[in-house]
Formats: sequence, structure tokens, C-alpha cells
Amino acid sequence: MARATAPVFLARVSYRRRRLADAARMVPVLGSILFVLPLLWPEGEAGTAAGLIYIFAVWALLIAIARLLAPWLGRSGAAAEELGEGRGEGRAEEGR
Amino acid sequence: MPPFNALVAAAIAYVAFLFAVAFAAERRAARAGRSAWLRSPLVYTLSLSIYCTAWTFYGAVGYAARSGLEYLTIYLGPTIVMTGWWLILRKLVRVGRSQRITSVADLISSRFGKSTPLGVLVTLLAVVGVTPYIALQLQSITLSFAVFAENAGGEAMDLGGVALWTAAGLALFTVLFGTRNLDANERHHGIVMAIAVEAVVKLGALMALGIFVVWGIGGGLGATLEAIDASPIAEWQQDHGRWIGLTFLSAAAFLTLPRMFQVLVVENADERHLATASWAFPAYLAAMSLFTVPIAVTGLAMLPEGSNPDMFVLTVPLAEQQYGLATLSFLGGFSSATSMVIVATIALSTMVSNHIALPLWLSLRRPGATVSGDVRALVLVARRLAIAGLLALGYLYYRLSGGGEALAAIGLISFAGVAQVLPVMIGGLFWRGATKVGAGAGLTAGFALWLWTLFLPGLGTDAAIPLSVMEQGPFGLGWLRPQALFGIEGIDPILHCTLWSMLFNTGLFILGSLLTFPQPVERLQGAQFVNVFEHAAGATTWRQSAAQAEDLLIMAQRIVGAAEAQAIFQGAAAAQGKAGYLPDVTPEFIQALERELSGSVGAATAHAMMGQMTEGVSVSVEDLMAVADEAAQIMEYSARLEAKSDELERTARALRDANAKLTSLSAQKDAFLGQISHELRTPMTSIRSFSEILREGGVGPEVQSRYAAIISEEAERLTRLLDDLLDLSVLENGQVVLNRAEAPLRRTIERALGAAGSRAEGLRILRRPGEEDIRVMTDHDRLAQVFINLIANAGKYCDSARPELRIEARRAGEAVLIDFIDNGTGIAPEHAGLIFEKFSRLSDHARAGGAGLGLAICREIMERLGGQIAYLPGQGGAAFRVTLPARPLGGA
Repeated sequence: MARATAPVFLARVSYRRRRLADAARMVPVLGSILFVLPLLWPEGEAGTAAGLIYIFAVWALLIAIARLLAPWLGRSGAAAEELGEGRGEGRAEEGR
Repeated sequence: MPPFNALVAAAIAYVAFLFAVAFAAERRAARAGRSAWLRSPLVYTLSLSIYCTAWTFYGAVGYAARSGLEYLTIYLGPTIVMTGWWLILRKLVRVGRSQRITSVADLISSRFGKSTPLGVLVTLLAVVGVTPYIALQLQSITLSFAVFAENAGGEAMDLGGVALWTAAGLALFTVLFGTRNLDANERHHGIVMAIAVEAVVKLGALMALGIFVVWGIGGGLGATLEAIDASPIAEWQQDHGRWIGLTFLSAAAFLTLPRMFQVLVVENADERHLATASWAFPAYLAAMSLFTVPIAVTGLAMLPEGSNPDMFVLTVPLAEQQYGLATLSFLGGFSSATSMVIVATIALSTMVSNHIALPLWLSLRRPGATVSGDVRALVLVARRLAIAGLLALGYLYYRLSGGGEALAAIGLISFAGVAQVLPVMIGGLFWRGATKVGAGAGLTAGFALWLWTLFLPGLGTDAAIPLSVMEQGPFGLGWLRPQALFGIEGIDPILHCTLWSMLFNTGLFILGSLLTFPQPVERLQGAQFVNVFEHAAGATTWRQSAAQAEDLLIMAQRIVGAAEAQAIFQGAAAAQGKAGYLPDVTPEFIQALERELSGSVGAATAHAMMGQMTEGVSVSVEDLMAVADEAAQIMEYSARLEAKSDELERTARALRDANAKLTSLSAQKDAFLGQISHELRTPMTSIRSFSEILREGGVGPEVQSRYAAIISEEAERLTRLLDDLLDLSVLENGQVVLNRAEAPLRRTIERALGAAGSRAEGLRILRRPGEEDIRVMTDHDRLAQVFINLIANAGKYCDSARPELRIEARRAGEAVLIDFIDNGTGIAPEHAGLIFEKFSRLSDHARAGGAGLGLAICREIMERLGGQIAYLPGQGGAAFRVTLPARPLGGA
């Protein structure tokens, strides 16, 4: 099945944009790990107050990252498509 | 202490304010078309806050007072989903916009081939899961009123009345602003604006209370943190399973709750708003939950043992005599409850009307009849009835359940229920192999397991499932005990349900998809969903356009309203380059129209309605295939007709040509006779006159001999002419017998040069004998006759001072080419077409010394030999090309 050949090398700008999209995909993974981490704390040592501070610190971190990424990713619909979403995932499954 | 009536007045004033906001927003949207601030990312973000219902507003504090930080999981899930918007939400919103999805049921139905049963299944699941949730909101409003009533020291009030009035008021508001119009985009400006305002009110109320608790009562941040560590919930002790499980559930519910889908996807005006909401909404959630623990800790410390922690948000400020703050908190809770109920009922009523009421109505009608009656009115009535019905159901549920602890647990039960849609939703968005059968199997299994393990037992002990079944299992089958499937006991009920239902749901979905083959519409929709970012061109689903534009316009007017429908049709007509309102009914147009309509009544219904219009019956996939077959047949038939008419055309043209040829032949015959009598008479005249002079005598012997020579010469010319004529006639009638033999071309040329003899005198012949070694199977005597003629012609007509004739022979594929090129002035282009005609002579008669039949005979001979002779222009002199087939074609 003929697959659309994607360019091997990208211009610096497009390359950066794609990595930004990769970063955006990683944010929920990071969030999940950090939010689950307190479960590994030894019992009895840390209290609710510490937990509260930790969770809200992680929360603020995630908000800050999303805030940083948002203007780049949400700039325009065209830019989003340029980022090459959907390549590889399911496209070649049933070639048209 | 505020009098209770003042509180009621405040609530009513607040509701009136919301009416005004919604009304103003509707007016503005209608007037300005699209107002910038009305549809800003901020409003979008705030509208998402309907995730925070009264359950989170009041309940979170109670939750924290009971089990510490676990309440946070309810917010962590949505935070992860929102910050990871690039992964799922972006695609969901794009699909929702491009496919004009109206609800979560529509999404599933549309993805799996616009399936009506799937739409019904998801609608049922949503109604069963969300109705108790609505009851919970009514309960919270009633409870909050009760707190004030109790505080005011009043006698026991009829709190059921409060719930009833609230339900009625909400129904009125929702009907007014939720079913005002049947927007093609299913957007509700008024309601979105109202819930955005409510979002600000509830956040403001909670923040104000939090600040009061931390700095007003607690004595600052440090003191509050110390108070937390000294409180009964100081221990950091989390149930690992619940922490992860509830985070997952809240994340899943954030995507699949009908009301969340409504504000996230359906009401989304611009995809870029999602980028803003990705950080702004988590920030809102963080702010909402920031003061939950301090309020809980303060309440636990301050209020007497046994007071309801769910109401701390009200009882703490009341105990501190902060009546203004208490009223604000009350309005915040009221906002949370009402906004949730409004959006949830809109979302559910859309699902009920599009996936249950309309298909039912369509199936009840006689197939074949055109759509009659006002569908628009029908849809609106269905929605209004659904809204009223859902609120009545919620109220009924609240009354019957008694509004106790059982109801408080319904939040998570509801989450677990709607989360059953998640596997199918994600699978549908990212996996093209997902099929309708798989989705149906997964959803059914998940729905059934959720009912059995969580929902029915959650209705209360002995309420729906007898105690004996809970303890021993149905029919004594221990492994089917609702809270201990397969004999595994001791798991938290929520986790137990989530684990098993998700396992079977996802498993059956994948298995069913792997084992079945999707139907064409499913595959089409699958491609459009999964590859939504590649601008998958709308594949053609409608091949036959039996529908008339006018009928379609009438139907569209009934569904989306006259003005809107006319605008759509006019636009389509303009795009086709036509004036007026009636475009050509092309498959593209039908598809576009169906998409517009699906924005109002859902994909499956729109498809079925278009089916009735275009085919006269509701369309199943099989029908669609039949249509495609029929179209193929018609195409084949028309292709046959076309072929036939082509053939007729060809015949007619051949007849015309034949007629023209006959006419010209008849003219030629006349000309030929005239020409031949002239050619014969000239020598006859001279023969006769000279022979008469000789007969009279009296001429000298010298003169006599000269006259006799003239007579003989003229007679010879006559004979030659007659020979030529005879030869030509034989050739033209095809009576000639060819003596084919294989011989090299060189010999034939040499023979011709020899025979030309005196006629080629003075002519320099240029040859390359090496190239003439081509063996040809032909009649070499006849071919030599052609060559002789050409050589003699060159000798006769070449007007160069040093006449030359080049003879070139070569093979060109299956043909052999022999060129005779002299260095004279050649033949003018306008005469080149005439030289092969009989009696055509370009130069003067005397010099030619022939009747002008030579080239005509050459042409006839070449035709008989299966080749041709042609004049070759542009060679620097007269040039003739003789073309011969290397092997002869056929006989004769």
C-alpha cells in the first residue's frame, strides 16, 4: 500500500512545532505520575498539610506548563494541522 | 439572623437576574450575529465549570471532613484531561464540529454508521446515570434551605415543596432558553452566558468563605496548616486503589458526562478556546478546591459533634453570624445546582428527542410517504416534554429515595455509569477497526455490569436487590454476588464496579470489533472520525438524487426554520452557479444538507429523514448498498445507450460520406467522359486530317513520309492512352491478378531504371544499393511499373540544370519506405492534392507527352499491393514516397 512519504528533514520552525506537540502529549503523563507519587510516601511521616501543599504545587506546575504551551499550539487551526497530527495512527490501516 | 423569607427573596432575585443575563445574551447573539465577548475563551472556560455541581460545592467539604485529601481526585482527573487536551479533547472537538455532533449519544451513533440502536443505548445509559444526579442537586438545594430554616428556629417546613418549586423553576428556565430555537449548531448563547455568570458566583462564594476561614477565623496560613495537622484528618492515609481509581473515573466522566460533552464540544464556538481552557480550567478547579480542607477542618473543630459536614459551607458562616457570607455561599451552592441541572437536562433532552422520540416517530409513519407535519415543532415539543419529564423523574427519585445518605453516594455511581461510554468513544476516535457490533457488545456489558454491581445495590439495602441476593447471589450462584463478582470480596464497591465493568466493556468492544466486519457507512464514518485532521473529504453516501430540490427545501424548513433553510439552499445554488433557491440535487448537496440537519436532529435521524426524502423509505445500510447497485445499473445502462448512439452516429456519418462519394463519383464520371473524348479526339483529328491530305495526293514523297510519321505517332499515342485506360480500369475494378513473390527491393529498382531507359536520359540517379537489400513479398512487376512511372516523371518534369534523382529505401517498423526525390522545383502545395487524379497535368500538354494517367495508375497499383504512394513535401524538389507493407495483408 502506498504510504504518503513524509519529508525526512523539516525546517527548524516546523521541527520545533512538532516537538511542542510532543511535549503537549506528555503533559498528562507527567501529571498522572506526579499526582500518583504521594501514594509511595511512607505512612505516618507526612501529614495532610504536606500532601495538600505537594498536590497544589504539582497542580500549579501543570497549569504553568499548559499556559506556556497553549499560545503555540492554539495559534491557528492551520498551524495545528501542520504539526502532522494523525500521521501513522490508523491512516495506513485501511488504505484508501 | 436573616429571615427565611429574605433568603427566598434573594434566591428569586438571583434567578431573575440569571433570566435577564440569558435573555440579554440571546438578544445580543441574535442581533450581532456573533459577539466577541459572548464567545470568548473566558466564557468557554467558565462554562466548563458546570463540572463543579452542588455535590462538589457542598459535598467536597463533607468528603474532606470524612476522608481527607481523597476529594481531590475528583478534580485531578479533569486536570489531567484538560492539560492533555492535545491528545484527546482536540480531536473530540474537531470531530464534533466537523460532523455536527449534538450529544455524546450522537457521537457514538454517528461514528458507528449512524446507528439508531447505539444512540438509544447511550441515551438510556445517560438517563439512568444522570437522573439520580439531578435528584442530588434538588436535594442539596432543599438541604441548604433547611439549614437556614433550622437556624431561623422556624417550625418544620414542607421541604418537599422547595424541591418541587425548584424543579418547576428549572424546567421553565431550561425550556425557555434551551429550546428557544432549533439552532443548526445546537448552541445556546443565553444558557452558556448564564452558567458563566454562575461559575463566577460559585467560585467567588467559595473563595470569600475560604479567605474568611483562613484569615478571619484560623488566624493566617501558618496557623491554618497547623490546625490541619492537629485535626482528625491530619493523617496522610490514602487507599491506593481508590486514589487511582477515582482519578481515572473523574477523568473518564469529564469526557463522557452528557453535560460536559455539551459545553466542551457542542457549545464550543472556536477550537482555539480549548487552548486557553487547557490551563484556565485547571486553575479554576484548583481555586475551587483550595479552601476545601481549611473549611472542613474549621467546621470539624467549631461545630458540635454530629453536625452534617456536607453543610459546613453554610453552617460555618452562620455559626460565626456572618449572614451575608452565608447568603453568598447559599447562592454559590444554588448556582452549582441549577447550572448543572439546566445543562444536563438540555443535553439529555437532545439525546431523548433525537435518538428515541424522532426515530420512534419516523418508524411509526407509513414508509413511502413524504415527510409531513412540522418536524421542527415536533422536535421542540419532544425536547420540552423530555426536559419536564427528566426533572419530574429527578424529583420523583428524590422523593422516593428519601434524600438520605444513599443519595449522597450517587455522584460517583453516576460517574461510573457514564464512564462506560469511554472505551467506545476513545476507540471510535482512534481506531478505525472499531465496529458497531463491538461497540454495542461493550456498551451493553458495561451498562449491565454497572447496573448489577453498583446502581441497583446503591438504591439502598433491600430496595432493588433483595438482601439474600446480595449475600448469596442470584439463584444461590455465589460468584454472581453484586459486590463480589467471581467470589472476590472486599474490594471497594466503586472500584469493584469500575474494574469489572471496564474490563468486560473494553474486552468485548475489542473482541467484537475484531470478529465482525464493519458495514460501508461505518467504515466511511470511521475514516472521517479517525482521520479528521487530514480533511477527509466527505465520501459520497447518496448516489441517486430522486429527491426534488423543492421537497428537500420544504423538509429543511420544517427542521431548521424557513430563513436558515433558505440561506442554506441559496448558498448551495450560488455555489453551483445558479440563481434562486433551488440548487441541483447533487450527491454533494444532499450530503451537506444532511450534515446541516444532523446539527438539529442528530446524525441517525437526519440520515433516515433524508432517506425518506430521497428514496421514499427509511434507509438502512443494505438499502444504501441497493441504491449504489441501482446507480451502477443505471450507469451501465446509460453507458450502453451512449455506445449505441455513438454507433448510430458513426453509421449516419458513413452514410453521409458514402452519399458524398457517390455524388462526387458521378461528377467525376461526367468529367472523365468529357476528358477522355477530348483526349481521344485530339490525335484522331490530326490522324484524320493528315490521312485525308495523303488520300487527295499531290504532295511530294518527302512530305508524304513526314505526314505518315505524324499519323503513326498519333496512333501510337492513342494506343498508349487506351492501354493506360484499360490498365486503370482493370486496377480500379480490382480484377488485377497479383503475382506475389519474395525478392530484394534492389532488383526491382534496377529493373525499373533499366526499363525507364531513354525516359530517364540525362537524369543522374543517386542510390545507396546497400540499403536496398530489403526483401519484400509483393508483385514485383507491378511495383516496377510504379517505379518506372516515378523515374520517368522525374526525367520529364525535373527542371534543374543538372537533374538528379535520389532513391532511398528503408524499413520503418512493419513498413518499407522508398523515396524518390529529385532536385527540381517540386510541386506547389495547392497542387499536391491533385496530382494523383486522372488527367491531371500541371505543366503543358506537349511536354508531358502523356494523358496524365501515370500517377493515378501508380496510386491504384499501390492500393492493390496494400501500400500507398504520397507526395512528400519539403524535400527540396518533387518527392514521392512509396510505402509497402513488409508482409502482405490478406489476399488479392
